[in-house]
Amino acid sequence: MNVSAKEKNLIEFHGITKTYGVGQAAFQALRGIGLAIRQGEFLAIMGPSGSGKSTAMNILGCLDTPSSGAFLFQGVHVEHLDRNQRALLRRNFLGFVFQGFNLLSRTSAQENVELPLLYRGEAAATRHHAAREALELVGLDGWEHRTPAELSGGQQQRVAIARAIVTHPLVLLADEPTGNLDSKRSHEIMELLVRLNREKNITVLMVTHEPDMAFYCSRVIHFVDGLIARDGRAHLHPTARDVPCS
Amino acid sequence: MFLNAFLLALREIRRNLMRSFLTILGIVIGVAAVITMVTLGHGTTQIVAGQISSLGSNLIIMRPGQRMGLGGSPRFRLADTEAIANQINGIRAVAPSVQNGATVIMGGKNWSSTVNGTTNSFFAVGNWEIVSGRKFSDDDEKSGRAVCVLGETVRQKLFGSANPVGSSLRVKNFSCEIIGLLESKGQSAMGMDQDDVVVMPIRTVQRRLTGDNDVTVILLSMKDGMDADQVMMQMRRLMRERRKLSENEEDNFNILDTKQIAQTLSVTIGTITNLLAAVAAVSLLVGGIGIMNIMLVSVTERTREIGIRLAIGALEHEVLLQFLTEAVALSAFGGLVGIVLAFVTCLALSALMQMPFIFDLGINLLAFTFSAMIGVLFGYMPARRAASLDPIKALRHE
Ligand SMILES: Nc1ncnc2c1ncn2[C@@H]1O[C@H](COP(=O)(O)OP(=O)(O)OP(=O)(O)O)[C@@H](O)[C@H]1O
Ligand SMILES: [Mg+2]
Repeated sequence: MNVSAKEKNLIEFHGITKTYGVGQAAFQALRGIGLAIRQGEFLAIMGPSGSGKSTAMNILGCLDTPSSGAFLFQGVHVEHLDRNQRALLRRNFLGFVFQGFNLLSRTSAQENVELPLLYRGEAAATRHHAAREALELVGLDGWEHRTPAELSGGQQQRVAIARAIVTHPLVLLADEPTGNLDSKRSHEIMELLVRLNREKNITVLMVTHEPDMAFYCSRVIHFVDGLIARDGRAHLHPTARDVPCS
Repeated sequence: MFLNAFLLALREIRRNLMRSFLTILGIVIGVAAVITMVTLGHGTTQIVAGQISSLGSNLIIMRPGQRMGLGGSPRFRLADTEAIANQINGIRAVAPSVQNGATVIMGGKNWSSTVNGTTNSFFAVGNWEIVSGRKFSDDDEKSGRAVCVLGETVRQKLFGSANPVGSSLRVKNFSCEIIGLLESKGQSAMGMDQDDVVVMPIRTVQRRLTGDNDVTVILLSMKDGMDADQVMMQMRRLMRERRKLSENEEDNFNILDTKQIAQTLSVTIGTITNLLAAVAAVSLLVGGIGIMNIMLVSVTERTREIGIRLAIGALEHEVLLQFLTEAVALSAFGGLVGIVLAFVTCLALSALMQMPFIFDLGINLLAFTFSAMIGVLFGYMPARRAASLDPIKALRHE
């Protein structure tokens, strides 16, 4: 990796720890993580169950705060921010794709995708247009009015991705986005993520258990027992070969 | 932002239409009950006022006992009536009255009515017109002959559409000739049918029905322009004199004029109305608790949804506002439905009870505001709970 001095890190972890519980029951899920991520990276987080991947993702996603250490997002110390300030960071810069899709039930794909724009205070026309565009990008034009119950798992996950990117976020966070999908759908989703990473220059941070999926990424981090055991460039998957390696 | 919250709330309510309806039922019934009670109370007051003023503003009633009760106080005598007629100025007519419930029989039909024993002055005091036949003759009154003047209701019950003047009916054990027919006056202030009456000479009633010489009520009407207080004071002095009451003894009779009756009645009606409205208001409160309950259930049910909203950047107060708006929209909608329900109920009831329907904007606005406030009050706690959820835990919630 040839880091040019000019290039600033989008995300920096310095000695991040996370302890759950107190006293006897206290458990340290992260035991001092140092990490730097630059704009445009496609990063996979791997590791055994319980190694702290989701914990790290929650902190990266500004959903949770570290117990100690410094977390800089665009140079801002997130660990000092309160609940609402972190919500604003999520609203303005982050997009989330969850393992269980987590779409609003009984709500059309269109409305689900419009939701983040609603909280940004966008006008109805803008919301409508942007949601259409995002759905088109994930290949769901014509499915706008289906509710999650009327969509397949892969389609639901694509709606979730459309919702995550409709705000043009800097970073897309995905915790096991393909965990609930069969391998064909999983590859479709991965190809979509690669495309978004490449075309929209969205930084993608993804947790996965499947080495297959990690092949798509430009960088793979291995967690073991709350520490980073390995951090390196992955063997690129054939379709991901053109992804610029930072 | 308020508009957004409102639209979100509406969408959520629409999504759970049946449950939303059941949730607001308490509010609907509470609001409808409060408004109906107050509106009917106003209607009743209006009727009472109207009927009392139709009695004439110059009517005075004297009854035995203090205040409105009869008690064990001595009754009046016919001589009292005469004394009043002779010694008090400004009187147009004075009538003694004895009332007695009795079953009247005509052919195969019978009807239980009220027999009112009085004199011809009764027709003058009460502004009664004789629409057919005649009043009592001097002889009828003096010798207590078995004659009567029928009220319209009694005529309808016993004779249908026929004119009964000249025929006879039985009252208890005696036969009584019908000499006249009263005009119809409809319901009285107390809701009694004024036409359900058989008027007889007072001596007839005393001799054949009550068996004593008592007079229970003395009614009188003043000449126009007379001061009721003045006349009442004269009557009081006269009666105290006649009854030989000493300085330190209280009156054992009471004298009221129509104004006082109207006041007493409207105060009573007002009290009853307020009491009923208060009871109804309690059901509004219960309705509010219903809303809180459902909102709490809803927050639990929608934990994941709240997690999603928080994760994609909803601020705490936005989630709070969403749920609060939902509660307020629910309860305010309940209030609106309640107002419509009350309107329909009042319309139907006032038609049924033959009373005027007075739309009271004040109580409608008050009930609506109150129902919306209940939404705020009982929606706040669930909304607070939703807003303070931890997004990570909420997302993981099953
Ligand atoms: N809220 C919590 N309270 C207490 N302990 C927790 C909490 N969340 C996670 N942990 C613990 O922290 C450790 C790391 O959890 P984490 O969810 O980050 O693991 P993971 O790497 O995502 O595992 P998996 O691959 O199974 O999802 C686990 O041992 C877990 O039991
Ligand atoms: Mg995990």
